[in-house]
Amino acid sequence: MSDATQSHTPPKQASRNFFQALEIDTRLLGMIGAFIVLCLVFHVWTDGRFLTPRNVFNLTIQTVSVAIMATGMVFVIVTRHIDLSVGALLATCSAMMAMTQTVVTPEWFGLGLNHPLTAPIAVIVGIVTGVVIGAFHGWLIGYLLIPAFIVTLGGLLVWRNVAWHLTKGQTIGPLDSTFQTFGGINGTMGETGSWIFGILATGLAIALLLSARRNKIRHEFPVKPLWAEFVLAGMVAAAILGLVAVLNAYEIPERRLVRMFEARGEVMPEGFTAGYGVPYSVLILVVIATIMTVVAQRTRLGRYIFATGGNPDAAMLSGINTRLLTVKVFAIMGALCAISAVVASARLTFHSNDIGTLDELRVIAAAVIGGTALAGGLGTIYGAILGALIMQSLQSGMAMVGVEAPYQNIVVGIVLVLAVFIDIIYRKRTGA
Amino acid sequence: MAQDKIDRSGTPLVEMRNMKKAFGGIHAVDGVTVDVYPGEVVGVLGHNGAGKSVLMKMLSGAIQRDSGEIYVNGELADINNPRDARRYQIETIYQYLALADNLDASANLFLGRELVTPLGLVDDARMEAETRKIMGRLTPNFRRYKTPVAGLSGGQRQSVAISRAVYFNAKILIMDEPTAALGVEETRMVAELIDELKKQGIGIFLIDHDIHQVKALCDRASVMKNGQLVGTVNVHEVTEDDLLGMIILGKKPEKAA
Repeated sequence: MSDATQSHTPPKQASRNFFQALEIDTRLLGMIGAFIVLCLVFHVWTDGRFLTPRNVFNLTIQTVSVAIMATGMVFVIVTRHIDLSVGALLATCSAMMAMTQTVVTPEWFGLGLNHPLTAPIAVIVGIVTGVVIGAFHGWLIGYLLIPAFIVTLGGLLVWRNVAWHLTKGQTIGPLDSTFQTFGGINGTMGETGSWIFGILATGLAIALLLSARRNKIRHEFPVKPLWAEFVLAGMVAAAILGLVAVLNAYEIPERRLVRMFEARGEVMPEGFTAGYGVPYSVLILVVIATIMTVVAQRTRLGRYIFATGGNPDAAMLSGINTRLLTVKVFAIMGALCAISAVVASARLTFHSNDIGTLDELRVIAAAVIGGTALAGGLGTIYGAILGALIMQSLQSGMAMVGVEAPYQNIVVGIVLVLAVFIDIIYRKRTGA
Repeated sequence: MAQDKIDRSGTPLVEMRNMKKAFGGIHAVDGVTVDVYPGEVVGVLGHNGAGKSVLMKMLSGAIQRDSGEIYVNGELADINNPRDARRYQIETIYQYLALADNLDASANLFLGRELVTPLGLVDDARMEAETRKIMGRLTPNFRRYKTPVAGLSGGQRQSVAISRAVYFNAKILIMDEPTAALGVEETRMVAELIDELKKQGIGIFLIDHDIHQVKALCDRASVMKNGQLVGTVNVHEVTEDDLLGMIILGKKPEKAA
């Protein structure tokens, strides 16, 4: 037993190649690569209609709802569970919110239609509904030890039809005008707002990179070369600001602008144009992705979720309350279903009976394509979001090319299986 | 190590009195009393299914006892889960169970007791620095701090587990076949470590199958058979055959401690 504290010199870095120096997960690089190839193929195939501001805008707002739930599904799958009820739960939350803003607040509370308090009340009702139902699922799974597959399969049938019961099967709408701003096209930040958001987000990302580097230096850990940090920061900035620029380039149609000016009692100046900018729903996704990533990587809760997925016995023996953890994971999933319900119903501008149908499969597929292992213990938030984006791009790209719906599903199904197979091979090769 | 140098005049570090645990009518542990004194290694022996692991898991809080009392430093201790056990500075080193394979060494070392920043976020850098310090002492050649422990050798995994106990100042250590998966060199390392821990006045329960090992490492041995205690002997006063007789036949040697 020597008492000498070892000095930790970093390993020789001479032979490291470009990507290794950047220390980006090669898996993530592969996914980004696949996504870019996919976009380019569709772009060429559609004679340049795929990568237009308009289509990028549509893609982002279509992806948000599934992507939000996929971040929660990562936690569920990492802890070796599954949630088949997310689409149905989304429908129940949506129904609760729709009834709140069309019946409860205007009639019972006497606030009338489009009152400023309506949207916040509805959102709170929705989130409480989601959390309570999710926690209940978690309790059945964690404490009564009923397999998650069964609980949520039952949940799928129950909540889909509770939603039907709440609305008597009717389509409820139009929803509150403030509420609708969460849906995408009806609520965007405008060009200036989007640039401010983009610059703030870039600044924050670079600040995080810097603080991570400083922290490593403080503890005398090896850090990547300075040029690599700059390249990484540059790539992050380009991605964020590039997306903002594209979304800003999607111009609001002239007739719509005229109506907006008329609503304010003004006349639109000649030659006036304005871009949509970043939709609020995308902002919500960005905020959720950030929070979920912080939870996954930097909180005890996240550490325990991954530890439990890696070895439930070890987690329990380390004093982690794995039962309560299950409740928390499903409660988070429920909250995210509710937020997705806000985005999904606001995008439609009404609550429909079939809202969220088959979303459970899209969400699970997004998480799995994004590298979440069903065996538990592995998965990333950004992977799931990228997975959702890839799925959505594939689907809408095929629609633009003119592939009929049944064939679209055949392709998506094959891609799902293939993606997991490639992942298995990748993990075998890298031994991860 | 011919003679017994342990001072057993004071209060035992841990005393488990009349412990009982049944699983569906089968008495896994049936009225067993064992104790350990500071600086002592007590071997817990027996066949598979003799109840030794269940007995130890009641001490580590992994299994709740049906009845019986646990005294730590002479005071009644209330241990119902692993967190309680940690509060009494009881640490367990399992051979296979207690590491999350998908996490790295420092995440495992601090699992359940993460160091956090003032904002309440886990402080990975500080935990890794601490891990480097403690692991550097126990296994100077260890370098793979960023790899999930699934990629480590048996000995390296064991050093993570042992580092965990050492780092958190265990007073009482339960080792469940700590050398079962280790090579010769690594086994020697664990034996040295046990000696070191003894000098610090830590009491150790050592579950083991290897009689040879028990003779070499332990001061006393408590032998169990079919959930009951055959007897506790001073290992320096009995032969390996005596111990085998106790394990296989449940026969206590004439000259008992």
